Amino acid sequence: MLQSGEWAYTEKLKEHFMAPKNILQGDSTDDFDGVGMEGNLQCGDQMLVAIKVDKEKEVITDCKWKTYGCASAIASTSILSEMVKGMTLDRAFNVSPKDVAKELGGLPDHKIHCSVLGDKALRAAINNFFVRNGREDRVRKEQAKIVCQCMNVSDHDIEEAVIEGARTYYELQERTKIGTVCGQCREETEVLLEKFKHIHFGA
Amino acid sequence: MRPPSQGEAVLQEGIRNDAILSNSPGFLNRIYFILFIYGREQYLSAWLFGVEYSIFNMHRARITEIEQSVMTPRQIYFDHNATTPLHPEVKKEMVAAMEMFGNPSSMHTFGRQARANVEDARVRVAQFMGADESEIVFTGSGSEANNTVLSLFVCGSSQCIPGMKQTIITSRIEHPCVLETSKCLMHRGVGVKYLDVDPYGKIDLQQLDDLMTDDVGLVSVMMANNEIGTIQDIAAIAAIAHRNGAYMHTDAVQAFGKIPVDVRSLDVDFLTISGHKIYGPKGIGALYVRKGTPYCPFIRGGHQEKGRRAGTENTLGILGLARAVDMRVAEMEAEEDRLQAYRQLLREGIEDRIDDVFFNGHPADSLANTLNVSFPGAEGEAILLYLDLEGIAVSTGSACASGSLDPSHVLLATGVDAERAHGSIRISLGRDNTPEDIYTLLDVLPGVIRQIRNMSTAYMKGGIHASVR
Repeated sequence: MLQSGEWAYTEKLKEHFMAPKNILQGDSTDDFDGVGMEGNLQCGDQMLVAIKVDKEKEVITDCKWKTYGCASAIASTSILSEMVKGMTLDRAFNVSPKDVAKELGGLPDHKIHCSVLGDKALRAAINNFFVRNGREDRVRKEQAKIVCQCMNVSDHDIEEAVIEGARTYYELQERTKIGTVCGQCREETEVLLEKFKHIHFGA
Repeated sequence: MRPPSQGEAVLQEGIRNDAILSNSPGFLNRIYFILFIYGREQYLSAWLFGVEYSIFNMHRARITEIEQSVMTPRQIYFDHNATTPLHPEVKKEMVAAMEMFGNPSSMHTFGRQARANVEDARVRVAQFMGADESEIVFTGSGSEANNTVLSLFVCGSSQCIPGMKQTIITSRIEHPCVLETSKCLMHRGVGVKYLDVDPYGKIDLQQLDDLMTDDVGLVSVMMANNEIGTIQDIAAIAAIAHRNGAYMHTDAVQAFGKIPVDVRSLDVDFLTISGHKIYGPKGIGALYVRKGTPYCPFIRGGHQEKGRRAGTENTLGILGLARAVDMRVAEMEAEEDRLQAYRQLLREGIEDRIDDVFFNGHPADSLANTLNVSFPGAEGEAILLYLDLEGIAVSTGSACASGSLDPSHVLLATGVDAERAHGSIRISLGRDNTPEDIYTLLDVLPGVIRQIRNMSTAYMKGGIHASVR
C-alpha cells in the first residue's frame, strides 16, 4: 500500500505555492512603472502584475504581483515574476502560457487555463508602461479575429475553449456555438483548433 | 470576557473527560521527556544504573512514539461528508467476515452461512430506518441506488411499470448522480423539472405544488445536502407528491446515520443510503423500496436481492454496513450533540478571528457536522491546499479543485455570487474529531486566510483598481 499520494502538481509548482515570490505587499502600485490586471473574480481567477523598468535599456528590473486563484494560478504568477526580471520588454511581451507551464515542470490539462492570465497581465503592464511614458505607438493590442460571423466567435474564443478542455470540433461547438448556423467556417476553425491544441498541449 | 456559550461548556466537559481517559498524565510525560533528552547523549553508561536503567528500557518504545509524534504532527480529518474512516468495530467485523467466502445463493453449508449473515444484516439495516427487511435492496453504492430509481422512468416495458408517468421533479442542489442522470433522462424523452432553493438551501413547497402536473411520476429531493448540510422537510414534500399521484424518492446518503431517518414517518417510496458515509465500507449502498411500489432492476441477470439487483452479494460490504448501522444506533444521538457544540465553537471562532466571512446553509435545519464558509478574496482550492500542508483536510466547492470551471452548483443555486462560491470551504466533522482538532483549525485558519488575502487582487482595499485602468 502506498503511504501517500502524489500532489496533482509538480514539486516546482508546490515550491512556488508554498513560498510564493515577489508578492506585491500592501495596496499601492504607485512605485511601479507599469501595471496590468486581467481576469475577473466571477470566473475565479484574477491577476495583477506591476513592473519597474530601466527606461534606458527597456529592461524589467522588478516584477511584483497579486493573484486571486487556485494553487496553479498562484504558482504561475510567482514563477512568471521570477522569469521576467532582467528581460527586455520585447522578450517579456512574448512570454507564453506554455513557457510558464514549462518552467513549472508542467501543469495538469484542466489547470492550463489558470496560467494564461499571468502573461496577459504582464503584457497589459508593459502596454501600461508605454502609455505612461508617452509611447502609445509601442502599445501592442491583441486583436481578435472573428472566425464565425454567424455566432460572433473569435480566434480568442476558440483558443480559450481549447484551453478549457475542448479537443474536437464538436466539443468546441458545445462550448462556443461556433459554426452552428451556416457552417462555412468549419475548415478555418479546424485549422485553428489543431494550432491551439499544438500550442498549449503539444498535441 | 463573555460567558461561555453552551457549545464551550459541552466542550470543556469533553476536554475534562479526555484528560481523565488519557493514559499519559503530565508527570509521566515529564519523565519521558527527561529520558528522551538523556537518551540522546553519548555517555549513557556514566549515569544509567539500577532503577533508572530498567525504566529507560521499559519506556524506550514510548519515547520513540513521542519522538515520532513530535516529528509528524497529527493529521486532522474534517471531510466526513466526503467519506469516513471505518469504525473500529466495523473493521473487526469485516476482518472476521473475510474468512466467510460462501456464495449466499449456494445451498451448501458455506452458502447457507453467508446467506444467514446477509439476511441478518438486512434486518438490522431495515430496522434502523423503520422498514421491513423485504424492502431493502443492497446496491454497490448510493449513486447506484439513485440511478436505479431514476432509471425506472425509461423502462419501456409495461411488465415492470405499467403506465408510469414520464416527468420527474428534482431540485437544483441534488448530488451529481441525480442531476446527471436526470439530464441523461431528459435526452431520452423524460420531462425534468427543477425546484429552486432559497438562500439557505431550502426548497419552496409552494413551487413544488405549482410544478405538480398530472404527468409527474416521481419527486426526488435529497434529505440533507452534502455541501451545505441543509435538511429538507421530506415528509411535507412526500405529502405533496402523493396527493398528486407521484412517487417520492429521497437521497438520504448524508442524512442517514446523522439524523433520525424513518421511512414510515417520512412516508417515502424510495430512500437511498450509503455505507462509507457512516463509518462503514465503500462499495456498498442500499435502496429502500416500499412494498408494492413499481420497480425495475438497474442491473439485470440474476435472482439476487429477489431479482431486484443482479450480482453476487457483496457479503463483506453488507456485513460492514450492518455493523456500521449498529454503531450508529449506539452513537448517533450523543455524537450529534457533541458535533453541534464543536460546530458552534468553530463558527464563533472563525467569526471572532477572521474578518469578512459568510456562512452558507441553513442556521437551524442543518446537519450538526457540516459547516460551509466563504472567505471572499481567498480561493477555495488554495485554502484547501494550504490547510493540507498544515495537516488539516477540508473540502471545497471551488471550481478549480474539481477541474470544471463552474463553482459549486449548490452554492450558486442558493444565490451566492460566484466570487463567494469560489472562496468557500466545507468543514465536515465526525466521530473521531476532538476539541483539540477544532482549536488547531482555529489556530491555523486565520493565518492561511491572511496569507492568501495578502496576495489576492480581490482583497485590495483602496484604489488600486483605479491605478490599473
